[in-house]
Formats: sequence, structure tokens, C-alpha cells
Amino acid sequence: MSATPSATPARGAPIIRVERLRKSYFVHERAAGTAAALRALVRRTAREVKAVDDITFTVAPGEVVGFLGPNGAGKTTTLKMLSGLLHPTGGEVDVLGHTPWKREKGYLREITLVMGNRNQLQWDIPAVDSFELNRAIYRIPQEQFRSTVRELTELLELGELLHKPVRQLSLGERMKCELAASLLHRPKILFLDEPTLGLDVTMQRRIRSFIAEYNRRHDATVLLTSHYMLDVEALCKRVVVIHHGRLLFDGQLSELVSRFSPHKTIVVEPLDAEVDLSPFGEVVTAQEGRVTLRVPKAETARATERLLASVPIADLTVEDPPIEEVIEQVFAEERAEDGDPVAAVTAGV
Amino acid sequence: MAVLLDVYRAQFKVALALQLQYRVQLVIWLLFGLVQPVVHLTVWSVVAQASGGSVGGYSGPELAAYFIALMVVNHLVFTWITYEFEFLVRQGTLAPRLLRPVHPIHWHVVDNLTYKALTMVVMLPAAGLMAAIFRPELHTSWWEVAAFVPALALAFALRFLIEWSFALIGFWTTRVAAFNQALDTVAIFMSGYFAPLALLPPQLQVVANVLPFRWGLAFPVEVLLGRLSAGEVASGLAAQAIWVGLAFVIMRLTWKAGVKQFSAVGA
Repeated sequence: MSATPSATPARGAPIIRVERLRKSYFVHERAAGTAAALRALVRRTAREVKAVDDITFTVAPGEVVGFLGPNGAGKTTTLKMLSGLLHPTGGEVDVLGHTPWKREKGYLREITLVMGNRNQLQWDIPAVDSFELNRAIYRIPQEQFRSTVRELTELLELGELLHKPVRQLSLGERMKCELAASLLHRPKILFLDEPTLGLDVTMQRRIRSFIAEYNRRHDATVLLTSHYMLDVEALCKRVVVIHHGRLLFDGQLSELVSRFSPHKTIVVEPLDAEVDLSPFGEVVTAQEGRVTLRVPKAETARATERLLASVPIADLTVEDPPIEEVIEQVFAEERAEDGDPVAAVTAGV
Repeated sequence: MAVLLDVYRAQFKVALALQLQYRVQLVIWLLFGLVQPVVHLTVWSVVAQASGGSVGGYSGPELAAYFIALMVVNHLVFTWITYEFEFLVRQGTLAPRLLRPVHPIHWHVVDNLTYKALTMVVMLPAAGLMAAIFRPELHTSWWEVAAFVPALALAFALRFLIEWSFALIGFWTTRVAAFNQALDTVAIFMSGYFAPLALLPPQLQVVANVLPFRWGLAFPVEVLLGRLSAGEVASGLAAQAIWVGLAFVIMRLTWKAGVKQFSAVGA
């Protein structure tokens, strides 16, 4: 499977340009046991791990792009290189005309990186005090600072949370405050690494709608990684699928489904609940009078026609399979091509 | 400059709020700072008495003055960054700070100064109490008090820059504590912390003049006690300035190399 060329930016010249980006780590390794430990003292063997391997894409201003891939696929490493935390092994990156890892002040004032598993807020003091610090650090004019805090407080329903010590907040409340702190300087680009990690469904939805609203209001560009498919479905028209550090797909979410799913799902409610529908396709589930059939995409029309002609039916819908299934399919195909017999990668999407 | 002042003001407020959260810890650390000078003072006073009233040119009351001044000066110039830095790297809290448009060193300067400002409230009365008990003797004139101010400021800058650079070893290894122990051991003798440098063998005194440690602690104390000639004070200030310049360059280079290493292996 070859990487698809980047989707043509819909809205003007790219704001992010990534070309042949690579990042390798050397990890020291040794076998188990004392003898191996002693040998490792004298000679350490290192293995090269390609975290990101030759990735090319561009992002247009105002786009929301979702990065998908299992754990260890290279999503976070990519975001870290784009934000400037990591120095790549090879390739070029241009974000807003800057080379990120030079970490020029002018660049840092235009971006933000939010990591779901790390905090930037001071643990022991109320978030509002950390906000004040960010105001000074990012040189935010007082007037703009006040209006931004007001806006974020309203959008994220922060209210009283801002005045409690951060350590007393729940995980979700803390994430809301983290997001607000990261956006006080109105960055043009948001790098969000698992922003909904560990949050309950309601809070996930709140964060999601906030990100969408922020993108709409300020035309901010958002690059997002998430394990929750719903995040990606709700926010990103465009997805980039990364696996083993390589780019497997870059394009519209809908295209991902049509390209990688060779099946369609037909949900049928026959009048006679006992009727056998297996001649029309593979029966996936049959519960409470609803039967779900999987049919090869090319045969969808014919199968539907035959069903309607030969079985009395109360209701029938044709659907794309769930996106999770499609993603698993993508990784499964890649494994097959790799000839990787272990295939122990869980599609954590 | 105005911008940096604004950052310092905001950081000071945060640092103050943070440190007031841990008042008990603050007092315990402070007590440690008080106990050791008292021990040293007592031991050396006994030695002075046993050797006919003075040792290395210091009488009992002069030793008292030395250790009380040393206690206050050391409190003002000491840092704890080598303990903190390793933690910052390992916990991953350094990474987000690298993405802020202000150098992380400023936070540590403010944090340090805030702690000093807070604890001086206890430190000065403690020094006063010790003075009442041990009856120190000073021979200080006004110009020495005036010279003490830049000597103290340069000592602070020197200690801060050296120890901050040293802490950056944390970028390469997570065992900074071991290196730090080695540095501390040398510093205890060569800085005048354990005893006035005049008590060292002459050869070691020469070494102490060359190393930076004296300029980061004993020198301002000696200036304040009026033990140095005008010429010695002037050349001492020059030595401090040279070391500060050198330490600044070392800090810049280590920081650059350290961050490069950090962002190569995984921030």
C-alpha cells in the first residue's frame, strides 16, 4: 500500500509543510539475566527504532486534521517535532515560516501544545494565577487577556474552577483549565495530543465541541491525535493514518471508509423474524428482529434488490461499517504486506 | 526589559503562592541552615581557645562573626537547582517549559529569590539571637559595607550560573545527585563553609583562590568582616566578575548542548 498524496489544501497556501520527516531513536537492549547485565556493562547493543519514517503532508490554515494510529505509531513524535520539542533525524518542516525546533520566540507565541497526560498548570495554586503568569510570558495585552479569559470561561464553563487549587479539580475539570491556559495567547496552531484522554463521555463531548467552536471562531489550525474515534469523527474532515512511523492514508474521512472498507452493512427488519437471510450476505448479528448483513461493496446494490424482491421487509438501510472496523482493516492490510507474523498490534483507535 | 520585569513580577506572585503552601517544609529547611554554622562555630571556638585564643588569625569573637555572617551570606547565595533539575527532566515538566517564549532559567531565579525573601524574616532574627549569645567582633568600615553589596550580588550570580550549568548534567544522565555530591564535597572546604580559608594549609589557599568556590561564599563574608585590604577587595571583585563571565558562557554552551541532546532523545 502506498501513501496517498496530501489532499489539496482547500483554503489557501499551506500553513504547515512537512517533507520526508524522519525520527529514529537508538534504544539500548540486552537479554534478561545477570550475565547479560554484566556483558551490557562492557558492550551495549543499540537498536535503531524508526518512530517516524519518511512522512510528507501539508496542512492549510483553518484545517482540523486528525492523526490516527495505534500506540507507538509515531503520532506523538510527529506532533512533538511540529511543535518544536523534538529535533528530527531527517526531513524538513516549515510551520508558519519557522523551523519549529529552533524554538524562536516569535514561533512559540503562535502555537500551543496540549498533552492529555501532562500538565503545565501549577498544581498547588488556582488556575487563574497560572493564567496571569501566561499573560506576562506571552505578552498578552491586558484588554485582550481579560476578554480571552471571559470567552474561554464561558465556552468551557470554567466559572468557580479557576479559583480552586488545581490539585482539587477532577481530571476533566483540570483538562478544561489546561486547554484554557494553552489558548490564552490565541495561538494560530493547536497541537493537541490526546486531549480527551481518560475523560468521561460527557466531558469528552464538551471538550470536542469546544475545540470545534474555537476552530470556527478563530480559524485556528488544529492537529489532533486521539484514541477516541468519536473525537476524530466529530472534529476532523481530514485524517492522517500513521502506522509504524509511516503514512498510510491522508485524505477525507469519508474516503478512508470507501477506500479501505471492501464491505457495506445492510440492516434489515424482515416481517418474519425467523426468515433465513444468509443467502444474501454474511449475517453479523440477528437480534430483536433486526438482522445485520455484511456484503461485498460491489454487490450491495444487487443484494439489496434481491432482498427487497424475495423477502417481505419492514425496513432496510445500507450503511458504511463503523469507522473503528475500517481502521482495523487498514492496519490489518499493512501487517499482511509487512509479512509480520506477530501481528500483535492492537488498533487503538 | 520592561517585559522581563512583568514576567518576574508574575512569576514572583506564583512562587510566593507556591512556597506559602509549604510553610512547615520552609521552616525545616531553614533550621538545617541554622544548625550547621552553630556546630562549626562551637568547634572552632574551642580550637581557638585551646591554641591560645586564636587560630589562623581569628580570635573566638572573630570566628563568631565569621560564622554568623557566613550563615546569612550562604543562605542568600545557595541554590537547590541540582536537586530539582533531574526531577524536572524525568517528570516531563521541563518539556512544556521549553515551548514557552521565555527562558526557563528566569523561573529558577525568581523561585530562588522568593524563597530568600520569605525566609530572611526568620534568618535575620536568628542571626541576631546568635550574635547576642556568641558576641561576635567586627572591624567593618563604611566602604566595606558598600563593597559587600556587589560582592554578594556577584557571589549569587556565580553560584547560580555554576550550579545551574551543573544541574544540566541531568540532560545526559539521571544520576545528577552523585555528581552533585562530589561538587559539594570540594565546595565545603574550598568555599570557606567548613572553616575560614585562612585556616587551610598555604598551598590549598592558593588553590582556593583559583577555584570559583571562594568567590561564591567566603569572599563577601571576608569583605563584610573587614578582613581584606582595599586592594584585595578590588582584585576579589575582579576575580568574581571574571568567574561570572566564564560561568555565563559555560551555562549558555551547556544549555544549548543539553537541549539539543534532550530534543534528540525524546523530550
